[in-house]
Amino acid sequence: MPSVNLTVNGQRHSVEVEGRTLLVELLREKLRLTGTHVGCDTSQCGACVVHVDGESVKSCTMLAVQAEGSSVTTIEGLAAADGTLHPMQEAFREYHALQCGFCTPGMVMSAIDLVKKHPEGMDEHEIREGLEGNLCRCTGYHNIVKAIAAAQEVMHGRRAALAPAEA
Amino acid sequence: MYDFAFHKPSTIAEAVGLLADPDARPISGGQTILPALKHRLDRPSALVDLSGIAELRGIRRDGEKLMIGAMSRHAEISRDPAVKEAIPALAHMAGNLGDTQVRNRGTMGGSLANNDPAADYPAAALGLGVTFVTNRRRIEADEYFQGMFTTALEPGELLTAIEFPIPEKAGYAKMRNPASRYVMTGVFVAKGPKGVRVAVNGAGPGVFRQAEMEAALAANWSPDAVAGIRQSPDGLNGDIHGSAEYRAHLVGVMAKRAILDAG
Repeated sequence: MPSVNLTVNGQRHSVEVEGRTLLVELLREKLRLTGTHVGCDTSQCGACVVHVDGESVKSCTMLAVQAEGSSVTTIEGLAAADGTLHPMQEAFREYHALQCGFCTPGMVMSAIDLVKKHPEGMDEHEIREGLEGNLCRCTGYHNIVKAIAAAQEVMHGRRAALAPAEA
Repeated sequence: MYDFAFHKPSTIAEAVGLLADPDARPISGGQTILPALKHRLDRPSALVDLSGIAELRGIRRDGEKLMIGAMSRHAEISRDPAVKEAIPALAHMAGNLGDTQVRNRGTMGGSLANNDPAADYPAAALGLGVTFVTNRRRIEADEYFQGMFTTALEPGELLTAIEFPIPEKAGYAKMRNPASRYVMTGVFVAKGPKGVRVAVNGAGPGVFRQAEMEAALAANWSPDAVAGIRQSPDGLNGDIHGSAEYRAHLVGVMAKRAILDAG
C-alpha cells in the first residue's frame, strides 16, 4: 500500500493509503478532519475545497497520492491557536453568511483564495463570478457575497477591523 | 473507483516505459480522468502521474512562436504575461473554462489529449493552427483532431508541448451550458501566419473548421461578412441541452461575437 507524506494545517503526517484514495477521504477518514465536506463528489459543488500549496482545489477530484510533499490547509487550520477566527470566518459569522452550513467550509476556503488573487479588491459582481465553483443549496449567496466584500478589506489591510453588518 | 497502482516518473522515457502496459493511463491534472474513474468508465491497472516531469512544464516566447508545456495548468496559462501579450484570446479562454478550482489543477495537454468535443482548447488549437509536439514527432492541428475523444496520438505517445504561431488577431466566443459549464457551441477566429481560420467546438462530435466563414473573413474581416452564412445542422450534436438546429444557429452568433472579441 502506498504511503503519502504531507503537511496538513502545519502538522506533518505519513499516512498509508490506496492508490484510489481521494484527498478528501484521507482528510476526513484517516485524519478525522471532518470540516471538509463532500457534497456532490463530482467536482461541481465545492463543499470539499481545501488549499494545496496555497491554491484552492476540489479535494474530491485529487488523489491523496497526488498531494505527496504538499502543504494542505483545511477549514480547521484557519483560526489562530488561541481560537481567534480568520477574518473570512469572522466575516461569515458577522454577516450571517450561512444557513444550513454545509457549503460553508468550501465557501470560506474558496473565498480566501479569491481574495488573495485580487489584491486590487473586487466588486460584488466579481465576487459572484469568483464563486463559480461553489454551490449553496440554501441559495444564501447574498450574505456570502457581503461577507467576502467585508473580509477583503481586512485581509488587504485597508481596515483594521471588520465593518459591522447592518442590523 | 477501482484501485490501481500509482507511479510518478520524473522523465518522459520512464513514463513511456510505464505506459507500455496497455491498461496503464497517464494522469496530468486529473480533472477529467478522476470523475471518469469514479463512474467506473475505465479500469486502469496503473495511473502514471506526469506532474513530476520537468520537461513538460514551462511557457515561453520563442521568436514568433509561443511554446506551452503540456503540463501547464489553466490558471498558470491565464495569468502568464507571455500568453497575455502574444495571444490574449488564449489567456482569456484559459481563465474562463471549468471553474477556479478546476483551473488550478487541469492542464492544457490533458485537455488536448482527451479532445472532449465540448472542451475549449481544441477550438484555439485548430483555429490558430498549432503544432503538437510529442515525444516522437510534430503533428499539425489539421491532422491531430480526429473526432470525438480521438486524436492522432498513438499508444505510448505523449504530448510534450503545444507550439502556437502568434496571430495578428484572434477571438473566441462560446455559449456555455449553465449547469455543466461545458461548451454548447464555441467559435474561435484567427488571422495570422496560418491565414484566416475559423474553428467550431461544442457543436459537433469534434472540433471542425468552417470553410465558408474563413473565405468570407479573408475577404472582409468583420461580423457582417459572416452574417449571411448559415451553418448546416447535418452531423451536429442534438441532445437534451439543445437541438442540432439550435447549435447550428449558435455557430453564426458565436462567430460574430468572436470577430468582435478579436477586434
